[in-house]
Amino acid sequence: MAVKLILRNKEYEVPAGITLRAALEKVGILPESVLAIRQGEMILEDEILKEGDVIKLVAVISGGSGRISALF
Amino acid sequence: MKCKKCGAKASINMRQHKLALCKEHYLAWAPEQTERFIKKYRMFQRDERILVAVSGGKDSLSLWDILYCLGYQADGLYIGLGIDEGIGYSAESQRLCQKFAEARGLHLHIVDVAQEYGQPIPALAQISHRGRGRPCAVCGLTKRHIMNRVARDLGYDVLATGHNLDDEVAVLFGNTLHWATSYLVRQGPVLHEGPGFVRKVKPLCRFYEREMAAYAILRGIEYIYDECPFAEGATSIYYKELLNKLENDKPGAKLTFYLRFLDAREAGFFAPTADSMPELHPCPNCGQPTSNEGLCSFCRLIEKAQLHA
Ligand SMILES: [Zn+2]
Ligand SMILES: [Zn+2]
Repeated sequence: MAVKLILRNKEYEVPAGITLRAALEKVGILPESVLAIRQGEMILEDEILKEGDVIKLVAVISGGSGRISALF
Repeated sequence: MKCKKCGAKASINMRQHKLALCKEHYLAWAPEQTERFIKKYRMFQRDERILVAVSGGKDSLSLWDILYCLGYQADGLYIGLGIDEGIGYSAESQRLCQKFAEARGLHLHIVDVAQEYGQPIPALAQISHRGRGRPCAVCGLTKRHIMNRVARDLGYDVLATGHNLDDEVAVLFGNTLHWATSYLVRQGPVLHEGPGFVRKVKPLCRFYEREMAAYAILRGIEYIYDECPFAEGATSIYYKELLNKLENDKPGAKLTFYLRFLDAREAGFFAPTADSMPELHPCPNCGQPTSNEGLCSFCRLIEKAQLHA
């Protein structure tokens, strides 16, 4: 199960029990460039992700990828 | 993290202000801050008529919403660019603007570039050969012309755009990299009116892009999520991502860069040069001020397009 992160049409899986910030760093997404929504509520970086969570990520830069690797 | 005002669970954390707020308090805070910036930079008064340029994106619709909530007299202007690219970009953004206006009983002016000037933006760009396949230069020129024209023709005191701090900082960063001092001296929250030019203001210039996305989402504003298809890979987006990397490691870096720049500009660090204050005269065709001899750049573009038609 774990936790699913969805950004545009990409999906990422991360383990439960870590913070949103740690999860984003794990998959190479810059926390500054996304907002995270869980069940219709915006959640913050210190939120601990739970088993089965589905987190929708909204890229805050219009046209931006949200990915750190886009820079290098 | 808890809301600083009420202790409820926070919906947004703004590290540069060391401020976390719940949904309710954030939706009150954003308009209060906007009002503060409108006054601080002397953007407009309550009795002035404001024209808000809306694109269907989060920033311009949030701006219109905030001005409406604050009780200002603000009408909208949507410019139909005729960009389709297989995703119906312009059609969808126009639909969202109309829906927004109808829901609030606000007045939206619509100017369709193809209807009024014969060709949509992508065709105008091809004809002009400006910008090597990317129509952004032609698009910018056209929007500036139409926004100024509509504001003046319909007697608005001021034109408001949804530029946020990330937009401003990306431009500032680019101009600093190139030491484009003639642009630096003119960048700011307010561009004063002049003969033939309406005053232009950016009430959201101190909000991070992230905050405006949060505002739109928390307020339930439906906005066009996809950027214009032609913006993909644009340098401005690259700069924004680069600056967000910096912000991530040094919270507040973007805000400080912008505010210290405004201080420096205010202190006269960037002296106006001859090319930042070109001599202007009215275009013989449209009457808008131009530094060109003869027709303004926009009228030249349209003239060229009509020769091709
Ligand atoms: Zn609160
Ligand atoms: Zn002209």
